[in-house]
Parts: sequence; C-alpha cells; structure tokens
Amino acid sequence: MRFLLLFSRQGKLRLQKWFTPIPEREKKKITRDMTTMVLARKPRSCNFLHWKDLKIVYKRYASLYFCCGLDAEENELLALEMLHRYVELLDKYFGNVCELDIIFNFEKAYFILDEFLLGGEVQETSKLVVARSVEASDMLQETERLMEIILLFPLFFSCYHGGIHEQACILTLGEMDLHTHQKDSGQYRSGGLTTVQNDGVVSCRMRVCF
Amino acid sequence: MPAVSKGDGMRGLAVFISDIRNCKSKEAEIKRINKELANIRSKFKGDKALDGYSKKKYVCKLLFIFLLGHDIDFGHMEAVNLLSSNKYTEKQIGYLFISVLVNSNSDLISLINNAIKNDLSSRNPTFMNLALHCIANVGSREMAEAFAAEVPCILVAGDTMDSVKQSAALCLLRLNRTSPDLVAMGEWTTRVVHLLNDQHLGVVTAATSLITTLAQKSPEDFKTSVSLAVARLSRIVSSASTDLQDYTYYFVAAPWLSVKLLRLLQCYPPPEDGAIRGRLTECLETILNKAQEPPKSKKVQHSNAKNAVLFEAISLIIHHDSEPTLLVRACNQLGQFLQHRETNLRYLALESMCTLASSEFSHEAVKTHIETVINALKSERDVSVRQRAVDLLYAMCDRSNAKQIVAEMLSYLETADYSIREEIVLKVAILAEKYAVDYTWYVDTILNLIRFAGDYVSDEVWYRVIQIVINRDEVQGYAAKTVFEALQAPACHENLVKVGGYILGEFGNLIAGDSRSSPLIQFDLLHSKFHLCSVPTRALLLSAYIKFINLFPEVKGTIQEVLRSDSQLRNADVELQQRAVEYLRLSCIASTDILATVLEEMPPFPERESSILAKLKRKKGPGNLHPDLDENRKERSVNGGTVATSPTPSTDLLGLGSTIATQNSAPRASKGASLLVDVFSGNIAAFPVETPVSVGPVADENFSRDISYIPTVRWGTLGILVGIQSWESIQYIKPKIPDMRCLPLAPFPSRFVCKNNGVLYENQLLQIGLKSEFRQNLGRMYVFFGNKTSTQFMNFAASVVCQDTLQPADPTVDGGAQLQQILNIECVSDFVDAPVLNIQFRYGGTLQNIAVKLPITLNKFFQPTEMTSQNFFQRWKQLGAPQQEVQTIFKARHSMDTEVTKAKIMGFGAALLDGVDPNPSNFVGAGVIHTKTTQVGCLLRLEPNTQAQMYRLTLRTSRDTVSQRLCDLLSEQF
Repeated sequence: MRFLLLFSRQGKLRLQKWFTPIPEREKKKITRDMTTMVLARKPRSCNFLHWKDLKIVYKRYASLYFCCGLDAEENELLALEMLHRYVELLDKYFGNVCELDIIFNFEKAYFILDEFLLGGEVQETSKLVVARSVEASDMLQETERLMEIILLFPLFFSCYHGGIHEQACILTLGEMDLHTHQKDSGQYRSGGLTTVQNDGVVSCRMRVCF
Repeated sequence: MPAVSKGDGMRGLAVFISDIRNCKSKEAEIKRINKELANIRSKFKGDKALDGYSKKKYVCKLLFIFLLGHDIDFGHMEAVNLLSSNKYTEKQIGYLFISVLVNSNSDLISLINNAIKNDLSSRNPTFMNLALHCIANVGSREMAEAFAAEVPCILVAGDTMDSVKQSAALCLLRLNRTSPDLVAMGEWTTRVVHLLNDQHLGVVTAATSLITTLAQKSPEDFKTSVSLAVARLSRIVSSASTDLQDYTYYFVAAPWLSVKLLRLLQCYPPPEDGAIRGRLTECLETILNKAQEPPKSKKVQHSNAKNAVLFEAISLIIHHDSEPTLLVRACNQLGQFLQHRETNLRYLALESMCTLASSEFSHEAVKTHIETVINALKSERDVSVRQRAVDLLYAMCDRSNAKQIVAEMLSYLETADYSIREEIVLKVAILAEKYAVDYTWYVDTILNLIRFAGDYVSDEVWYRVIQIVINRDEVQGYAAKTVFEALQAPACHENLVKVGGYILGEFGNLIAGDSRSSPLIQFDLLHSKFHLCSVPTRALLLSAYIKFINLFPEVKGTIQEVLRSDSQLRNADVELQQRAVEYLRLSCIASTDILATVLEEMPPFPERESSILAKLKRKKGPGNLHPDLDENRKERSVNGGTVATSPTPSTDLLGLGSTIATQNSAPRASKGASLLVDVFSGNIAAFPVETPVSVGPVADENFSRDISYIPTVRWGTLGILVGIQSWESIQYIKPKIPDMRCLPLAPFPSRFVCKNNGVLYENQLLQIGLKSEFRQNLGRMYVFFGNKTSTQFMNFAASVVCQDTLQPADPTVDGGAQLQQILNIECVSDFVDAPVLNIQFRYGGTLQNIAVKLPITLNKFFQPTEMTSQNFFQRWKQLGAPQQEVQTIFKARHSMDTEVTKAKIMGFGAALLDGVDPNPSNFVGAGVIHTKTTQVGCLLRLEPNTQAQMYRLTLRTSRDTVSQRLCDLLSEQF
C-alpha cells in the first residue's frame, strides 16, 4: 500500500499516512486528486478505481471516506477489508467512533494505525492483539501519571492510602492538575482511584473527569 | 468535544482544536494559528525550561497545525528532545512528530538516529516497537544506512518478543524497498525463512510480507520458502473456521496470511517437487471449491475476505499458467462473477480476465464470455467498470472476433464517457490495424472513428491511416472514393478534412474518371471546407491544391486563381501566406517535368511499430511525461550545437536551402527541419513578407539557382520545414515524442516588447498572465497559470527551454500554489531567440501541450540614459562604422500618433531625448543594454513621414548584432 487517507464529505483531510517517501507538494496534489475523484463517485459505484499506475480502493463510513492507493499487484478486496478492520479497531477504542473522535484524538488514530499497519503492510490482523497493545500503551500512560502524583505529592498520596477523607484527595488531584495545566480553570471530580497489586508490581488506574 | 478522552487528554490541545473548528473563515483560522504559533515559539524560546508535558502538548499542537496543511519551520528540536524522555507518552508524541514531519536536516537526523539506537537497545519491547515504527515510517536513506544491519539481528534474535519481531520484519521490508542496496543478505536469511513456521500467526504474516519482497530481489536465497509456504497455506485452507481464533476474519481463516502466502508463491515457478506441487494444487482446488459453498455469513466482509483469497489464488494459477484444468475452472469462476450482483466482483472479474486472456490455455474460454462483456459495456452504470470491460474486449480480441468487437466499441464510442474516449479511440485504431484482413474495412473503421469521436482522434491515428493507405496500393482507390463520399456530409470533422485533403491530393486521380468526382468537383469539395478549418489544416489543403495542379492540369487555372486571391497571398498568417506565394510561383515557373518530380507521389513509409501503440503504452503510468520533456530538451540543445557550427547561421537563406537539399533520408531531414526551426524562430516571426530581410520576396534567381529550396512546406506557425516530397511532418514524427513535435509554438504578442505585464496566452482551458520586472542585466518574471475550466488539471508541469545565452538562472516554483511560477532571468550576452515556456498538463483524459515564447527580448535589459544634444551627436558620430548602424524603412501599421510613439519608445526602454533632433517631429533615444559581460551603448532615431505613412528607423550601437536585433524589435511596434 502506498498511502492511506481519511477525508470528510467536504473534502477535509482527517488523517494521512504515506508509506513511500513523497515530497510534500506531491502529497498535496495526490490528496486533491483523491478527494475530487472519490467524492465525485456516485453511491453504489464499485469501490475501486484506476489512477495513473495505482489502484485506488475507497469506502465511505458515515461522514468519512477511507481511501488507499495500492500497487498494481495488490489485492483490492483485501484492502477493502483492511479499511474495515481499521474502522473496527477505531470503533473498539473510541466506542462508536465518529469523525470528531478522530479530529480531537488524531494522535491516537495514528498510534492505532501504527499498531495495525507498518510500511504499508498489515502487521497484526488480530483485533484482540492490536487492541491489547493499544490498551497497554494507555495503561502505561496512566501508570506514569500516578507516578507523577507520588513524586509530587507523596504526603497526600499516602494520606489517601491511610483512608483520609475522599474530598481532600479530590482537591489534591485538582491542585495537581492545575499545576500541570496552568491555564486550566475547570473543576475536577474524581471518578475513583484504585490500586491493584499484581506480581509485586504496583499498577494503578485512575480516572479524572472534568 | 467527545465525552471520553482516553489515556491522558491534553486539554490545551482540545481547546485549540475546537477553536480552529469554530473559525468561521479561512482568515480567522490562519489568524488563530498564527497566534498559537507565536505562543509556542515564545514558550520554546523562553528562559523557563518547559516540563515534558508542556513540551509534548506544544509539539502535538504543531503537528496538528502541520496536518491542517500549514508549514511548520520550528519545533523539530523539541520533538527530538521528547524522544529521549523516559515517559512513554512523550516519546510516542516525539516519534509521531518525527515520522510525519521528517526533515533531511543532517544534524537532526544524527540526533534522531541516536535516540532510536538507545531505544532499540533498551530491551523494553514497547520502546523498541516505537523506534522500529519510526524507522519504518520515515524509511529514509540515512535511516537505512544507520539501521539496515541492526534490524535483521533484532528480527532473528531468539529472545525477541513476538510484537517486536513483527515490527522488525516490516521495518526491514520498508528499508529494503527504499534502499535495497543497503540491506545485505546474510546468515539471517535462512532464519527469516523459518519464521514461516512460527507459532504466532502475526509473526508469520509479517514475515511472509518481508520474504515476498526479498524474494523478488534475490529469489535463489529464499527458494526454501516455497515448500514452507505451501505447507502453511495447506494448514490454513484445511482448518475449520474457528481453529485460528482471532485470526479468523468473519468466518474466513486468516485471509491476510493466505493472500500473502499466495503472493509469495507468485515469485516462483510451479514447484518442481511433485509432492509439494500436488499439495499446492489441492489447496488451490479447495479454494475454488469453497467459492461454490453457501456463505457462512451474510455480511459483505465474509464474502470479500473469501473472494480476496479466491482472486489471489486465480492470480497464482494464471502466473503458473501450467494447469489447464485449473485455468479453465478459474475462467468459469470469473465468468460467474461477471454477472454477480456485487459491482466490486464484476469489476475484479473483468480485470482478472484480462490477464487470463493472454494465456493460451484459457484464451478460448475467455472468449466465450464475449456477449456478457459487451453487455457490461452497454449496461454498467459505473464508468470504471465499463473501462475494465473495454480493456477486456481489447485483450480478448483476435482475428475471429475483431469485426464484432471493433463494431461494438465503435458504437459504444458514441455514448462513451468523455474521460475514456481517447483511450477507446486508440484501442479501436490498433485493433482495426492489427486484425485487418482487408484494408477497406480498416479505412472504413478509421473514418467512422473520426466521424463519431473526431475530437478524440489524435494526430497519431490519422497519420497512421495515411501511412497505411500510402503503403498499400490495393486500398488507395477505395480510400479516395470513401473520403470523397465522407466529405460530402455538410458538417464533417476537421480531422476528416485533413485525411481527405491528403488522400485526394495523392490519389484523387484514381476516382477522377467518374464524372461525379471529376477533378473540379473534388477541388470544390475540398475548398468548400477550407474556410472553416484551422491554420494547420488550411496549410495542408494548400499542399493538396498544389498536388492537384500536378495531377490535374485542367484545374490549374482555378487553383492559381484561389492561390492568387488576397485572402491567400495576403493572409495574416505567415505560414499560409508563404505557402500561397511559393506554390503560386512554383505553379507558374516550373515546367511540367519539374512539377511532376517535385510533387511526385509519396514513397512508401518504412514499416515500423505503430506510433499509436506507443501512445497507448504511454498513457499508462505517471512518470512518463518527464522523460519526453527531457528528450525534447536534449534534442533542442543538440540542435543548438548544430546551429553554432553551421557556417551561415541565421541570415543566409540560401545556406538553409542547401541544408534542405542535402537531406535525403527521413531522420536527417528531421534534424535539418528542427535546425531550421531554431534558426527561424527569432527572425521569421518578427518579419512579415514585406520587410526586405525576410523570406517573402525570394528573388527569382534564388528559384532558378536552387530549386530544392522553393518547395519548402512549413507546418504549424513556426513548424518544421521539409521538402514537399514529404508533405508533412508525418514521415519523421518519431513515435516517442509526437506531442512535442506537433506542438504549435505560440509567439508572444508583439506588444510585450514595450510592456512588461499582461496576458501572454489564452485558449479555452488556460490563461497565462505575466508580470515582469527588469533591472540592468537581471530580471524576474512571475508567470500566472489560470485554469479557466471547472475541472482540475492533472500532472501540471511548466518548464523553460532556452538557448544558451539567456539562462533562467533559477526557475523556482512557488511551493503550495501551482498557479504562480517565478523565473529569475539573467542576460549573459546579447541574444535573439526568446526562451520557450513548455507547459504540459492533463485535462480530462488528454495530455495538453502548450509552448509559448516568453517575451524576454533584448530591449528588456535597456537602461535609459539622458544626454544633451551635443553629447548625443558626438556619440552618434563615434558609432559611424557601417556595421554599427542598422537602418530600416517601413510602412506604418498603426496610426502615427506622436504620444503613442513616445510611449512606445519609452516602453522599449530608451530615454526619449527632447530637443536633440533639429526636426521636432523626429524621435531620438539613448540607453545602455546591460548584459553580464558587457554593456552596449545604443542610440536610436525614428523619423516618421506622415504623408507616405512610412517610418525610417536608425539604430547605432557598438555591436552589430545588438543594432540589428533592436531594430527588428522596434520596427515591429509602429
């Protein structure tokens, strides 16, 4: 696969992945060509096109078009299913994925794609395995954050363990977050903080909503 | 904003994104982005060290801005810093930024490589994966140099985690694609092959992709993979759909792995070992059998995955091309798909059948589906499916069904989509020629092509029909009769007029016996179309007329009358005028013997590959436009060399005549012709026939001295000069570069000599505007390309070709916008020929070529000089040597308004000196021409004679070539 593009019905590019080195100008041109060509297609046309020496495979999911360019010898039907699998992975991660999820969490969409495709080839086709490795990196993030709390507020953290009033802890968390996001003025509520002991390694899950 | 923000949301980023989304206009968005960029810049530059989180947030914002399509020129360093963070999220964002915004900045690359190295040796699988993903995503040569040796080690090391193995395999694949020379085969290759036996199907999938690419490079090293692949495939194919757990996709067992294994097997011939071969055949049969089983799910994903494997199996069967039973089964299976209700399957069936048609075992089987395919051509609603149907009809065509297929394609042509018409025309033309048993059918077919889709019939097609008619005696009479009849239609396409003119001019005598097509009737018929045609066609018709004079002496008077008419002899187009003048003189002066020799019937063309076929091949593929351009450029420079060594370069017309006289063979004639183009491009365009230096009034002694010069037929406005025996450029159009050769070279409007801005060129599609400024010997030109249509131009490319004296020092094209091109110009020494701007682009399905001369003339490098009367005359006398002065007397073409004249002289670049000339109605100017090497002082004097409506223009400069050129340029203006 040479490239994968996600764009909206208005032709706004939401995600771009290039699997061969292409100059920036050329990328813009290809993107333009793809959006005009694919958006002009009538509904219920076939999902394949020829463009220059590439095969183009596209599919529409709600307001988003998924479109990829293949070399001549690649399998179109399977590429179609690859797009579908990517949508499934996004769906599993975001839960009923919509265009907004991809706009606001574009970096996640790229990370998930990297777990699934690499160098234009399928790396891992199992939905479970991909989902697990994406989850794992999220876990890693949350562990990191908790470590930060421990580092910054050892006193309060131990207080929490000691069963101190929950309200104090929430305030603490609020302060901690205010410290990092200096511009934030929102109020914080804690959805719960749990500590799990597992094989001698402390891994923590925490949820902060606002 | 979505309610859930998984992982760690970056609130600042989310706020920024929603701000951007709330922007009402593009301007507001840019304003918001600039504000953010300024903010980030100040944060990065600030004294306070940023913590990892803020750095990550800002880098992420920059990434978002870049992905919106804006340029980012900072932040790379901060992103590189993130790479060495020990926090996963920061590292991850850093890597993402690097892989999206790679910069070949060398110091950064070494920093990035360092960070990657650290992560690769960290033994932490998550970090190793991030590093490998980054190498695969960037895939640059520098990365390959740094890691091509290390990645294979990681891949085959015993203690590497499965997920890292997968990343390493695909990372290596990517490096091998970009820099195959750096990925050295070694001891690891055998161990890679054994990954096909791995327990983890994900590892096998990734390894199969890698082995496939490596096997294409060095099949010998990976030969052992065949038996392993067959074994693995056989296990998958025979497994129950639940055996493979999560690798089963909608009840299809490991479709990705199956397809990849089948692809790997396509790198090799059928296995020689009988047992393996038998096992493979079994697998393929099972796959074919499964297609007949009832679906296990109604979901489209199930059938897509199943059929993906099936199509790949069919590809392998076609590739092996050795098992007739499998081939026929494959063909039948595809035949079923041809009528499937799923459009995708019909499309793919048509596509696969194209390759099947080329196998001798299955060609006949494919042919049985002809009715279905023809039906698809007529009834498919989707143009891309119809396109595939056209391709298949073309592929399955042979002698037995050619007439039917050509007829169907012709009738489809009338309603075909505009985007594919040109290709259909080419295909019909090729099939008609290839399978023509009798050439009358061929002629009919091509004439029908012109009738149904004249606009899409490229020059190659009508050249070809003429070549064939000329080379085959038996069809000439029929062709003459048919075109004569076709021309009788009240409205016929210009291409038909061209073919008609050519064929009647050559073979009109074959039908002249019939009183319904007597010479006079033939001539009247042709001439009735004359006024509706474009210049090149009219030029061709004029050649047909002179041929008529030879064929039919009885119409000589009538034709001479036509040639003598003002609309010919005084035609505004220099090409037509010249032809009319020369043909008229030829018909008057030459004896019948000479006429018969000069206007002899065309000799047969050398047999060669059809230029149409070359064109069809060229239509495929993206990169093919540029080689043509390069070739053309090369050719021009070669010609430039020829000009330089020619003893009489630009003025001696007799010299040119003799050049032509020595051109006998076609390729040499071609060279000579281009030579003439180059030599003439400056002079001829500037001089109409009246001026004394030009070709027009070729003195009579020239005629008698050098007969071979007179019959010079020129093609296009500044086209190619050839002897009349060869009529047109047809004879030596090289199949490779027809587009550039037939290209009409548009001269720039003469008003540009005195103006710097305006519209340079315009046709129905494109408008080219210019803005230019010149200072001393330097200039800058802004070229604006405006698309007048509502459709996109694809493959747009503009390039400048010029002689060696004037170099567009640095033709930079503004990034992003394709609409503006900036040319930097430097005048190295004085020159005559203006550089040519070649433009190529694809509009609809057709390649458009435009060549325009850029209005860069010598006078642009004029600096005005003010001087007193005394001073002026002193210098005037100093420049008194005969070669320094050039004088011309010419008729006024515009009204002789004093103010207009003044404005023109100033626009020309010279200072207008008042009170210098004793006669106040005369104009006197002075200035200096700046070139890189020298400065040439110039004085000029223009004396109008209002009674006679004449001007006398005198130029004195220190250099004769400059005097001549300036005189030529300025005299054009009044």
